[in-house]
Amino acid sequence: MNDTRSLIIVGSGPAGYTAAIYAARAGLSPLVVAGSVTAGGALMNTTEVENFPGFVTGIQGPELMETLQAQAEKFGAEVLFDDAVALSLDGAVKTVTVGNGTTYSSKAVILAMGSAYREIGIDDEKRLSGKGVSWCATCDGFFFRDQDVVVVGGGDSAVEEATFLTRFARTVTIVHRRDELRASKIMADRAKADPKIVFRWNSEVVGLDGDAKLAGVRVRDVNTGDESTLGATGLFVAIGHDPRSELVTGVVATDAAGYVLVEGRTTATNVAGVFACGDLVDSRYRQAITAAGSGCAAALDAQHYLDDLAEHSA
Amino acid sequence: MGKPTNVTDATFEQEVLKSDIPVVVDFWATWCAPCRAIAPILDELSETYAGRVKVVKLDADANFDSVRAYGITTIPTMNFFKGGVLVKSVIGARPKPAIAALFDEVLG
Repeated sequence: MNDTRSLIIVGSGPAGYTAAIYAARAGLSPLVVAGSVTAGGALMNTTEVENFPGFVTGIQGPELMETLQAQAEKFGAEVLFDDAVALSLDGAVKTVTVGNGTTYSSKAVILAMGSAYREIGIDDEKRLSGKGVSWCATCDGFFFRDQDVVVVGGGDSAVEEATFLTRFARTVTIVHRRDELRASKIMADRAKADPKIVFRWNSEVVGLDGDAKLAGVRVRDVNTGDESTLGATGLFVAIGHDPRSELVTGVVATDAAGYVLVEGRTTATNVAGVFACGDLVDSRYRQAITAAGSGCAAALDAQHYLDDLAEHSA
Repeated sequence: MGKPTNVTDATFEQEVLKSDIPVVVDFWATWCAPCRAIAPILDELSETYAGRVKVVKLDADANFDSVRAYGITTIPTMNFFKGGVLVKSVIGARPKPAIAALFDEVLG
């Protein structure tokens, strides 16, 4: 095991990197366990981010994350591109073990693991994954040139994906279980004005057709129960996210949906020296800027905790 | 040996299907962030498995014949070939130990 450091941050989205920037500037030399393939977090799979303050003409999601990483490293954060596979949090010395087998120890830990795409949970979703079913429009939209595709969901991600897909697809049908979008007004208005986008309101996906590849999406009207099939070769799932708290389940208190619980307006969890921020704790706002804000709070809370520790041992 | 090499529609048969050793074809594109995430992992595995498994990269943007032939609709897709036959196809970025396990599985 390595020497015990002050702080380890698990996660590298806007929350993790902002925590790293603040903690590094406070002289804590944090280790950021950034993830091997998830580094940069959810924004890595987006295109233009138009609402992050400070970027008048917008910024590409991956570019924003590279900038945050560089800013954290500039102040002395160490970024490790490996996955946390085991965490021990309850003692005074916490440990984080990563995929290559190395275990790192620290006095405080900030959890910023974010969230993962939610699956629809129907038969054939896994079987046709990569055969027309996709979770990444920016990766896969290109392969659906002049084809008909379906996007499931009604939030910002779904509408952003649908709008992006119009660059390639012939038509994009948004299937949403309500009769209005949850997405921000500017994005919703843009989608409604787009001639390639059509809406299937009050509907949910109940099945997929196709052997070797997706051929159709079966939808059910949630009011009437009527089922119909949309001919489509692509299905992009954007129905939301689930917090990635599985590594700390049973140790750190979560709510029923798996979001880590924090005390009041702080980022303190029920475990001393363990703080949580970003989409891992936030089922309500889930924005890059709110994640960054809570990452800042977590760094300040961790700093305060470490100061108190030092004072008591002095 | 060493680093992955690039293949194209034109060289696919020679480099992949006629290879003496198993081949991993990484279907990727410049705009795909998960593809960029696994690129360094494949670089390392290409070194580790040099002489046993050949790792090649195919730019999906520029080689649409191969993309269509293998029905690629998601990248990254890693297709594993043995004796000119497609024996395994996996999609999506995954950590190094998981990809290494696939290499071992195909080597048998």
